[in-house]
Amino acid sequence: MFYREAGDFKTSYEADSQTFPIAFDRYRYWAVLAIAFLVIPFVINDYWVNAIFVPFLIYAIAAIGLNILTGYCGQVSLGTGGFMAVGAYACYKLMTGFPDVSIVIHIILAGGITAAVGAAFGLPSLRIKGFYLAVATLAAQFFLVWLFNKVSWFYNYSASGQINAPERFVAGVAVTGPNTAPWAQYMICLVFLTVCALLARNLTRGTIGRSWMAIRDMDIAAEIIGVNPLKAKLTAFAVSSFFIGISGALFFAVYLGAVEVGEAFGIQKSFLVLFMIIIGGLGSIFGSFAGAAFLVVLPVALKVIGVDWLDWPTDLVAHLQLVIVGALIMFFLIKEPHGLAQLWRVTKEKLRLWPFPY
Amino acid sequence: MSADFLYGIEVIINGLMAGVLYALVALGFVLIFKASGIFNYAQGVMALFAALTLVGVMEGQVPFSHLINAVFGTEIHHFGWEVPALLAILLTLCIMIAFAWAVQYFVFRHLVGQEPIILFMATIGLAYFLEGVGDLMWGSDIKTLALGLPQGGSMAVEEWTAGLGGDDFYGFFIDKLDMVATVVALLLVAGLVGFAQYTKQGRAMRAVADDHQAALSVGISLNFIWVLVWSLAGLVALVAGVMWGAKSGVQFSLSLIALKALPVLMLGGFTSIPGAIVGGLIIGVGEKLFEYTIGAPFLGGATENWFAYMLALIFLVFRPQGLFGERIIERV
Repeated sequence: MFYREAGDFKTSYEADSQTFPIAFDRYRYWAVLAIAFLVIPFVINDYWVNAIFVPFLIYAIAAIGLNILTGYCGQVSLGTGGFMAVGAYACYKLMTGFPDVSIVIHIILAGGITAAVGAAFGLPSLRIKGFYLAVATLAAQFFLVWLFNKVSWFYNYSASGQINAPERFVAGVAVTGPNTAPWAQYMICLVFLTVCALLARNLTRGTIGRSWMAIRDMDIAAEIIGVNPLKAKLTAFAVSSFFIGISGALFFAVYLGAVEVGEAFGIQKSFLVLFMIIIGGLGSIFGSFAGAAFLVVLPVALKVIGVDWLDWPTDLVAHLQLVIVGALIMFFLIKEPHGLAQLWRVTKEKLRLWPFPY
Repeated sequence: MSADFLYGIEVIINGLMAGVLYALVALGFVLIFKASGIFNYAQGVMALFAALTLVGVMEGQVPFSHLINAVFGTEIHHFGWEVPALLAILLTLCIMIAFAWAVQYFVFRHLVGQEPIILFMATIGLAYFLEGVGDLMWGSDIKTLALGLPQGGSMAVEEWTAGLGGDDFYGFFIDKLDMVATVVALLLVAGLVGFAQYTKQGRAMRAVADDHQAALSVGISLNFIWVLVWSLAGLVALVAGVMWGAKSGVQFSLSLIALKALPVLMLGGFTSIPGAIVGGLIIGVGEKLFEYTIGAPFLGGATENWFAYMLALIFLVFRPQGLFGERIIERV
């Protein structure tokens, strides 16, 4: 009734190959963008930005990045935290080294540097597969965190070993540093997320995305039909790390402002982003959003219920949160191994026939 | 012999003993992976949970006391008795077996035939769950495990070896606890190998590891075997938890030993019990030697965090299935 694929005729190649070929999807996309850009910045306050919106936007970028690697190309990575750290420290070095250049360029360059590092750590994927690769990416995680801890050049020899984001402006508005307005934080993350999501969506629809999926489904068969595994796997690692690096840079510069590497980019972060794409749905851009939203909102909601309403001690709620997140993950995997994105697909199937299901 | 050389030997001996403990954790992984194809990330948290439970039972803590107090406003925390160590270990073992059954019944029974990555994710969920339950049951403060295991350096070894070097060499410093742990781990490994080779259930276990369908067709209950391997992994986790817990206190970082076991597995191969042992020894010695010769003098120390992974990574590039793993054959 509401969701129609039939009757949506295309009369040109442009119309047929646009990002959202179905009219309903296109309207929804514009509506979400309009709300995100024109409504939310005017109504949010400091609490909502710091607790929900900015972490959601940043994790969504990281989840899209990891989803490209794991969901589309089938290479499981546990090094997300380490790659986010590369993005953060690259951004920091660029910000302090070239203070006159715009921070937007710094963040993009930080993504580029992370892409190079990611491709280097992706090289073993040509030999190692499956779990062995997942564990091998842990080498990246631990090595990178150790590197940023030990080599003081990376944190400009500061005594605390922390990195602090200096104040930077985009079009005259502060986006980093202590005086940033909540809406400015929100907007810069939103712009980056929108561009990244569009990029990812179109990459995965094109030649390169199809070669990733061929590798994921069966790499030997893909090789036989002429997909170059070296190129496909390394581009997947590079593109994925590019997004993850951008999210790491934003996480440091815009969200936290000051970062200690072991705390902010530890192994827990890798698992968190992995959970996001598992719960959201592997191989789906929408799933990355859904998973990030779910895992950002869940702890906040549990905290509000436990600490504020029931008045329980904070550590008890933190433990309960672990139990609930763990149980939910197992529950989801049993009931719907393909994640929230699959639930959405099923809903669309139902809507297509509603109200006459036969 | 020069003192430097002797210190090198001391480092190797300590590395070997650390390696035995790594091998112990890795064994828990291999047991479950061979029998059910599940890569059990929760192994480290199981060790933490087992150690927490053991301490809690011994001290007579009321389980979930924090939660009960928060909900009902009561003030309970201890039963007021203390359980002797041996009985407490048996009780903990019973809890681990009950846990094994619950894991099989509520989670993995429903996930049979799923892709390995999904099973792996489920065990990460299990790890979170178990960590939360452990904290809720027994509280999250650091506990000391008072089993009466010997502590501190062994004077006997020190005096006995002091004569090997010159005047500036005072003998090997070897922790008594490490020696106990090594002996216990060796006994446990021997016991497990004996169990797998010579008992009926052990043979059934190996049959399941070889081929699920063939095992089913000769009348082996897969469910029972899976509960069995999870229980065995629970036993291994208990021993590992006790040893590491006695060494550094029962606390969250105990669960991170699972991460230490991963490079061991990669090196030895996920499917090989001897591989887990040899891999553990190589990693143990390798990281201690690297820290001693290169890490501490030139790289600023703490290289133990990543050296094992790098070693495993470089090794895998040349031999993707690990030292003793089954050869990976791929067909289209």
